[in-house]
Amino acid sequence: MNTDPSILSIENLSIAYDKDKLAVKNVSATIKKNAITAIMGPSGCGKTTLLRAINRMHELYPNISTEGKIKLYDENIYDMSTIKLRRKVGMVFQRPNPFPTLSIYENVIAGYKLNGINLKRSERDEIVETSLKNVALWEEVKNSLHKKGNFLSGGQQQRLCIARTLAFKPDVILLDEPTSALDPIATAKIEDLLVDLKQNYTIVLVTHNMTQAARISDNSMYMYLGELIEYDETTQIFTNPKHTSTQNYITGRFG
Amino acid sequence: MRQLEQELTSLRHDVIDMWKLVISQVSNSGEAILSFDKELAQKVSMRERKVDAYELKIDSECENIIALHQPVAIDLRFVLAVFKINSNLERIADFAYGISRMLIANPSVILDAELITNTNVRVMISEVNKMLTQGLDAFENEKSNFAAAIFSEDYQVDEINNNAARIVADYIQKNPDRAFECLQLIAAIRKLERIGDHCSNIAEEIFFYIDAKVLKHASKK
Ligand SMILES: Nc1ncnc2c1ncn2[C@@H]1O[C@H](COP(=O)(O)OP(=O)(O)OP(=O)(O)O)[C@@H](O)[C@H]1O
Ligand SMILES: [Mg+2]
Repeated sequence: MNTDPSILSIENLSIAYDKDKLAVKNVSATIKKNAITAIMGPSGCGKTTLLRAINRMHELYPNISTEGKIKLYDENIYDMSTIKLRRKVGMVFQRPNPFPTLSIYENVIAGYKLNGINLKRSERDEIVETSLKNVALWEEVKNSLHKKGNFLSGGQQQRLCIARTLAFKPDVILLDEPTSALDPIATAKIEDLLVDLKQNYTIVLVTHNMTQAARISDNSMYMYLGELIEYDETTQIFTNPKHTSTQNYITGRFG
Repeated sequence: MRQLEQELTSLRHDVIDMWKLVISQVSNSGEAILSFDKELAQKVSMRERKVDAYELKIDSECENIIALHQPVAIDLRFVLAVFKINSNLERIADFAYGISRMLIANPSVILDAELITNTNVRVMISEVNKMLTQGLDAFENEKSNFAAAIFSEDYQVDEINNNAARIVADYIQKNPDRAFECLQLIAAIRKLERIGDHCSNIAEEIFFYIDAKVLKHASKK
């Protein structure tokens, strides 16, 4: 693997929803800055759990136990406030989920409202415009900013959700299967967007779509039964994976 | 079975069948040189079209697999290797065909036994046959080490080719009336040397497919 600077460092992370069953088993990995890292693996292997642990969303489950560390730069995220952490590490979900009662404009700055952060009107305008421009949605919605987002297509809604995440100016964006509910054209637009965004952000992407991981990620992780089996440059994973289990998965010979 | 696996299996069968056909083309044309067997040469010549048909079929199978199934890892290396092996086999068959055409076009040419012995052409023919068979063995059994000897055999074939000009020139000086058949023999030797080169390319593809090693343009000796 190349030696570009890393931003996140996951150290011996184990997570259990119930005492005796580990969903993530002793995973260690460093994540490169300004790169797209894909997490692949069969259903139930722990991708979502690992991804959510990066901004401590997994703590929403009451019985969860977590061991190990995740460092953002040099700071252990488990020593940070979740508010601070989630400003730096944003999350985009599988299904586009704009707030249905809010306008497009309010959706983009919803994070500030929810966290009780007051902004001047001019600041808000500026954040809304840059965030929507960053996701290439500005031209399409600039005349309907104060309408509700429900007239938007699925792909546009997902871009709106990414804009909502970008509005917080995070360092890292986590995406859990962000295109699984989208058609190929909308998917291609999101993929192009992610590749553009990596100039300024670090992206971690859970995907079931292996060709998507191959197309846009720089590094790929393959997880199986909670373990990180293989983690390498994406070209290496897709041309000559080291582990038979990775090879079986990516060539579709799994199970 | 998955669709892709079926396609890969049928591609494998086709390339193996083509390989066997090419082996028989090369061994028949070699035999035809040594025994001045025009009928055998005729047989090689007639089967050339069959080789071409395989080449087209395999090309289009590779293209379809890549377009429709986006193979990765060992599957991708397999398809890429087959794609190149296919064109190398086709070139090899072309040289065998060239030898057979030469024999057919000049039915009265008979090579002197002394010349055959001195040039080592018999060894050359058996070496290229061996190289082709070893390649097929390695490919069929997915054992790259079966193909390892091909590189040194190619070296030996090159040596025979390099020495041939001197030997034939000496022979022509002593037997100026036989210059024409000597030129024919030199042309055949050149073709056998090219066959050796293509076998060596095939061996590289086998290493790439099985071991993911790129040997191309690297020193193997
Ligand atoms: N809320 C929960 N309570 C208990 N167990 C859970 C919970 N969520 C997930 N698990 C278990 O943890 C393991 C990892 O689940 P996770 O959702 O991280 O997998 P995943 O790789 O994201 O799967 P998918 O590809 O289906 O989204 C699974 O065995 C799952 O059953
Ligand atoms: Mg999941």
